[in-house]
Amino acid sequence: MHIVVCVKQVPDTKIIKINPKTNTLDRRSAPAILNPYDAHAVQEAVKIKKKNGGTISVLSMGPPQATEVIKKSIEIGADRGYLISDRAFAGADTLATSYALSKALERIGKDLPVDMIICGKHAIDGDTGQVGPGIARRMDIPPITSVIEVTEVNQQEKTVLIKRKLTRGYELIQSEMPCLLTVEKEINEIEYSPMPNMIKAAKYEPIIWTVNDLENVERTQLGLKGSPTIVGKMFTPPRPEGGKKLEGSASEQISQLMEILMEKKDLLTIPSSK
Amino acid sequence: MNLDDYRGVWVFIEQNDGKIEGVSLELLGAGRKLADKLQVPLSGFLLGEGIRNLAQQVIAYGADQVYLIDHPVLKHYRTESYMKGVITIAEHYKPEIILYGATPNGKDLASAVATDLNTGLTADTTMLDVDLDSRLLEASRPAFGGNIMATILCKKHRPQMATVRPKVMKALVPDTNRAGKIIEEEISLKEEEMRTKVLQIVNDVTKKTNLADAHVIVCGGKGMGDLQNFQLIHEFAETIGASVGGTRDVVEAGWLPHEQQVGQTGETVTPKIYFAIGISGAIQHVVGMKNSELIIAINKDPNAPIFDVATFGIVGDAMEIVPRLIEQFKSLRIEKGGELSYA
Repeated sequence: MHIVVCVKQVPDTKIIKINPKTNTLDRRSAPAILNPYDAHAVQEAVKIKKKNGGTISVLSMGPPQATEVIKKSIEIGADRGYLISDRAFAGADTLATSYALSKALERIGKDLPVDMIICGKHAIDGDTGQVGPGIARRMDIPPITSVIEVTEVNQQEKTVLIKRKLTRGYELIQSEMPCLLTVEKEINEIEYSPMPNMIKAAKYEPIIWTVNDLENVERTQLGLKGSPTIVGKMFTPPRPEGGKKLEGSASEQISQLMEILMEKKDLLTIPSSK
Repeated sequence: MNLDDYRGVWVFIEQNDGKIEGVSLELLGAGRKLADKLQVPLSGFLLGEGIRNLAQQVIAYGADQVYLIDHPVLKHYRTESYMKGVITIAEHYKPEIILYGATPNGKDLASAVATDLNTGLTADTTMLDVDLDSRLLEASRPAFGGNIMATILCKKHRPQMATVRPKVMKALVPDTNRAGKIIEEEISLKEEEMRTKVLQIVNDVTKKTNLADAHVIVCGGKGMGDLQNFQLIHEFAETIGASVGGTRDVVEAGWLPHEQQVGQTGETVTPKIYFAIGISGAIQHVVGMKNSELIIAINKDPNAPIFDVATFGIVGDAMEIVPRLIEQFKSLRIEKGGELSYA
């Protein structure tokens, strides 16, 4: 069983500051972290490996410092890591990103055939969730998005049972392997990394590939050139007029608010069973 | 690729168990405006098994025509079968724009179709327009982090595609007398060629009140300070029979599960009453709640952007205001016919 987890380095949106003049992000203000959904993806791979054995590889695309998120993945329990890093990849939208990653996955698969690819549901810096399914299409394997449970892996039959989240409830899906899953956070809890993993991660040096290390690459499909979407403009939406601020002391404000709410009191009922 | 070969606006009509999703009807409303501006027909495309009877509803909500693929293999949504259907008709009829609801299935389908059609896809759009000179779709969404919107364009590839957040566009009032054309398409799909099977669909009824359907929501932000203070949000919600929501910060801090997140990456809500307590009003949050009927904001900072969208605002300390509100409501509560309600 060979599982490849795709991971991304992202700025920590919890800490990042906004430049009040430009209304854009001050990227220097935030530390770079492993995308939280991807941490769950690595953790799920570790869970599957515990039951079924095998190898976990992680793959990332980004600048050289993105090796940090590969080390973090080793800490969680991945066996080895690959980074594709090249100026040719820069400026990629989701379509060009899935192309580059699929080429790296082809190369990884040559050494050890891939049974399953796991991605986080989306990266917290882009929030699109489009790269995972894109990779699956390029590799011609089934994509299964919004996964909340990997119920069973059957290595003889090469199938996997999966729970996939829906708008209301979930569905149970059986898929052939290889396949690609994108996982929700609720799929697992991140466990504390055992000491040997920490030691391994500290010393670990990921395999770094440039575009020249990948095969059959159509360069026009990479980076900015290979990206059909562009940012046309950035704008601050017109500020709505805003409502009325209640005036007076706290008590006066509260009584005004109570008056407003009492007009809607029909909405405010609760069962007595409480 | 000759861009002029592509004409028309299409909307993916997502149906589950023979019922059309609300977001698809909203997108027919939004798509109607785009199609009128571009002077092209608006089409819905509908896939499933035994769904021919839904076509008339698609027309009533604003479509000029409906592309329909009715096939047993399409009984349940699956990426591989639905994708094949959409790609077949999109390659044949060449629409210039395709819109999908940003639901789990809509996003899944759009991502796969965009890859195979080698075209651009904008995720989780909250504003749509077209530029008449260039005929370009202007799909706007909150940009990462900042209080700013980004308009995404797809200049050289067709169709231009976007997924659109539920509940931000408005559906038209249905007109059952509206005439339209129904075009049924045949595609070859074989169950034995499918690599995935849907074994079971479980509608989760145990889940607490679905935030998206709640009439009253009390939503707390990181201005509540810590998990202990956040209990006030729960207490207030319980007192008035409301559902509890939180901002992304609150969910990331682990004070609430993700299902209760309101905003761009959580739920979009449109309750009758929305309390925003200790919430500054970042655009990512506001896009998820601004269509609520009555918005009441409580925040210490008089310049917090939440006051721009609030119907009524109280500048003050939530830790002081909320307990007093709870007290007032509790004193108002009387028992009436086995139910507690308010005098």
